[in-house]
Amino acid sequence: MKLFEIVDTPIQVDQVIKKVESRKAGAITTFIGVVREWTKGKRTLYLEYDAYIPMAEKMLAKIGDEIQTKWPNTIVAISHRVGRLDISDIAVVIAVSSPHRKAAYEANEYAIERIKQMVPIWKKEHWENGEAWIGDQLEKVPYPDGKPNIEVGDMK
Amino acid sequence: MIKILLFAQLQEEIGQKHIEIEVKEITVQQLKEMLKVKFKFANLDNVMVAINEEYAMDQDVIQSGDTVAFIPPVSGG
Repeated sequence: MKLFEIVDTPIQVDQVIKKVESRKAGAITTFIGVVREWTKGKRTLYLEYDAYIPMAEKMLAKIGDEIQTKWPNTIVAISHRVGRLDISDIAVVIAVSSPHRKAAYEANEYAIERIKQMVPIWKKEHWENGEAWIGDQLEKVPYPDGKPNIEVGDMK
Repeated sequence: MIKILLFAQLQEEIGQKHIEIEVKEITVQQLKEMLKVKFKFANLDNVMVAINEEYAMDQDVIQSGDTVAFIPPVSGG
């Protein structure tokens, strides 16, 4: 069972949840990232995700380690899909279990923010009138400081 | 020899998934400058570099046999 993986087939949410089940857990939070049709007035037809797979899986595992340090007794599993995804398809699933709910919520949000900062995965938007690799989800300057934030424990 | 993996727009820009160069030792900064000239990349300023799957800094040294990845701004999630 791989807790952190990049896949090229549809993600089964219940299977990701299964990976974090534990008798010690009192809560499991799940984040499901899906393909949105409209972004800032532009209509997306479909997306294409690419990844540097071995490094991406390593970085996902690193996020898992960071979470273990910040929120002990949690279990994290992350699956991210690559290839062509249509509107409403699931791109990423993050499941976190913990003895109490607060840590499960917080760790889950931390995980998606870190993915957007440092995991080598890229998204290409295909519109009716063009296509482009997106630097980040907001189409902003991706690294305002010139570098991605790759230090452990720097997200407060 | 150093193998350099390219992704996303960088891969499309030159139509190759990877390139190889014959050097023994080079810093990240020097490699970026070399490739900018050699392959006419439009912009490598926002591109991060990983050596053997770990993020590296501009002054870090790449050795022959290393696998380097040029990582344009990521957009997963």
